[in-house]
Amino acid sequence: MAVVTNEPVLKVAGLTLHYLTRQGEVKAVREVSFELARGQSLGLVGESGCGKTSIANCLMRLLPDNARLVAGQVFLDGQDLLPLSEEEIRRFRWRRIAMVFQAAMNSLDPVYKVGQQVVEAIETHGVETTVAAARERVARLFRLVGLAPQLMERYPHEFSGGMRQRAVIAMALSCDPAVIIADEPTTALDVIVQDRILRELKTIQQELQMCIIYISHDIAVVAEVTDRVGVMYAGNLVELGDTAEVFRAPLHPYTAALLSSFPRISGEKRPLATLSGEPPNLIDPPPGCPFHPRCPHATAVCREEPPPLVSRGSHWAACWHPLDATLSPMGQADASR
Amino acid sequence: MENSGQGPARRDYLVAVEGLTKHFPVTRSLFRKPAGFVHAVDDVSFQLERGESLGLVGESGCGKTTVGKLLVKLLEPTAGGISFHFPDSAAGGAAGPVDAAAIKGRQMRAFRRQVQMIFQDPYESMTPRRTIYDTIAEPLAVQGIGDVLDRVGRVTDILTLVGLTPAATFLFRHPHELSGGQRQRVAIARALVIGPSFVVADEPTSMLDVSSRTGIMSLMQELAGNLGIAYLYVTHDLAVARYMCHRIAVMYLGKIVELAETEELLGNPLHPYTRALLSAVPVADPDYRREPPDIRGDVTAPVDPPPRCRFYDRCPRATTFCRDNPHPPTEEKAPGHWVACYEV
Ligand SMILES: Nc1ncnc2c1ncn2[C@@H]1O[C@H](COP(=O)(O)OP(=O)(O)OP(=O)(O)O)[C@@H](O)[C@H]1O
Ligand SMILES: Nc1ncnc2c1ncn2[C@@H]1O[C@H](COP(=O)(O)OP(=O)(O)OP(=O)(O)O)[C@@H](O)[C@H]1O
Ligand code: SF4
Ligand SMILES: [Mg+2]
Ligand SMILES: [Mg+2]
Repeated sequence: MAVVTNEPVLKVAGLTLHYLTRQGEVKAVREVSFELARGQSLGLVGESGCGKTSIANCLMRLLPDNARLVAGQVFLDGQDLLPLSEEEIRRFRWRRIAMVFQAAMNSLDPVYKVGQQVVEAIETHGVETTVAAARERVARLFRLVGLAPQLMERYPHEFSGGMRQRAVIAMALSCDPAVIIADEPTTALDVIVQDRILRELKTIQQELQMCIIYISHDIAVVAEVTDRVGVMYAGNLVELGDTAEVFRAPLHPYTAALLSSFPRISGEKRPLATLSGEPPNLIDPPPGCPFHPRCPHATAVCREEPPPLVSRGSHWAACWHPLDATLSPMGQADASR
Repeated sequence: MENSGQGPARRDYLVAVEGLTKHFPVTRSLFRKPAGFVHAVDDVSFQLERGESLGLVGESGCGKTTVGKLLVKLLEPTAGGISFHFPDSAAGGAAGPVDAAAIKGRQMRAFRRQVQMIFQDPYESMTPRRTIYDTIAEPLAVQGIGDVLDRVGRVTDILTLVGLTPAATFLFRHPHELSGGQRQRVAIARALVIGPSFVVADEPTSMLDVSSRTGIMSLMQELAGNLGIAYLYVTHDLAVARYMCHRIAVMYLGKIVELAETEELLGNPLHPYTRALLSAVPVADPDYRREPPDIRGDVTAPVDPPPRCRFYDRCPRATTFCRDNPHPPTEEKAPGHWVACYEV
């Protein structure tokens, strides 16, 4: 089949995922859709527990037993990954789509030397044919993430938290995948090492035209390294757009709150802002707009009806009262508020 | 040398660390002699008062977690000592300062009531098959605090305080049924639930969004104010340190290279490593282009480091004097501002 250019590398459509628990179904991901073009990077931000890792796990098809995929498709190079058998998915996982796990610190096997684990990943996927070539590749990857190649001979418990995190980044890069999902990849790194790794990742991404999804609570990192950014709240993607645009002129009140609460190390020390109200209960999410109980702009319609999508070019948000009043689905009345 | 650098002897200290050192052998195989030693922590000294938070920042692998584990006695030091001065003779019934090395056996339980650690990896304080309730209630059970009903109440309260609401939907979940940030909050709840005097918090909020993080930080500060809890707060996030910590210590390869009051350190960094570190903090503005930090070469591994300044290989200001002399002494360059560098 001829490959159509401009076709997105990754296309997620209507993804909906629930977890079954004793107290009820946790609605972790609700009708999430987005696309990624070749070489593009996407930041995924949002409150702790809003469903970011759950999306990543769907893309990798690594779901726990109590997960229930309710609806949606995940197309990688035009192939829907969700209906594939476990055996079929193995041809894609790690080789085409790889992930740096959020719990990177314990995704290494304690009984094998760290270098050996990466060498094995490379051999299993047939990226290099000889052990010597595989070891050479690992040494190069180690240097890239700021680990001395001698450290290949050490065991995970002899690594610091950040060293383990870097080893896991090296592992995700080891098979030159088309898409990398990096779930909080630099939380255990100081800013100098982080700076270096983000620069290296950017270089590789451009060279190999790789897609990267960065999941991060560090909005500054997202601002620096991503082309597009998606904002999640209570399992929903509530805003998506070019990073510069979303930061300059957010449309969704949650995004605005998220951006304004970011603390700085320079300038006057201002009191930290928190979102008032409690995080949403995903077993029994609020009706209408999920953000309405905490939203300063909420009106009656927000409490009853799910919000419509409003957009400005390729930048959209799901809100009844977007921060750009000219886009308001409520018409003049709202614009004059 | 009554106090080896890091600050004048403080009046009401809770923890005093003196010359703390930890070396790990690098072994190639089980039976051979070590090929060298990782100098994970090398001659570190500082003191902490009741209710004080000291931030510990520094390069990945510089020894922060090791310092924390030494303080809570999960590791034994190679050299140096730690003494605790708990309020009203809490640990082991002894009034006055207690030498950490002397706390053994039966006294450990009393020690655990006073000193807790929030691990960098939240899984380290959890067992996969234990529910969240069991995980948080365990220290209460070990210390014999309250009956079951009372514990359910306490666990519910602390879950609510750390933002896991409604608490009832979390009590009987297992660790793998939580998001990364939710697990971190369980680890925090577990450490705080018994009301310790001193908590080593090793990157406790690295997986939390700013809003949840702010909530937790206020909770921790409130406890510091009301109960006098002191924190050693390990973090890579200098903005977090700015809000949480009274003073900040900067480590590089096993050594504290700078220590000062938080605003002083952030506003007037003196050590070349601290300067590079501050310049590398990302800025939340997509149009801003940051220069790469002023630091040379690669991350160096702390295996048998040469006797000169630990930062020599990477320092933009290094001189031949730095090359030919031992690691610089820690000196007070401004009131309460301690730096170990020949060029300051
Ligand atoms: N296996 C599971 N069973 C039940 N609930 C789960 C399970 N895994 C995740 N959850 C819940 O689903 C929601 C989404 O979790 P997810 O891990 O995707 O969040 P996240 O956005 O990655 O958060 P964080 O930033 O804290 O890592 C959370 O509220 C979490 O408690
Ligand atoms: N059990 C061990 N055996 C051998 N070496 C160890 C051991 N634990 C730690 N190390 C080494 O000691 C040094 C300090 O590790 P530590 O975990 O204290 O660093 P850290 O400052 O917490 O780093 P990070 O910010 O990456 O978590 C590292 O070089 C590490 O490889
Ligand atoms: S839809 Fe309403 S409640 Fe939701 S974010 Fe917009 S204004 Fe706020
Ligand atoms: Mg997550
Ligand atoms: Mg550590």
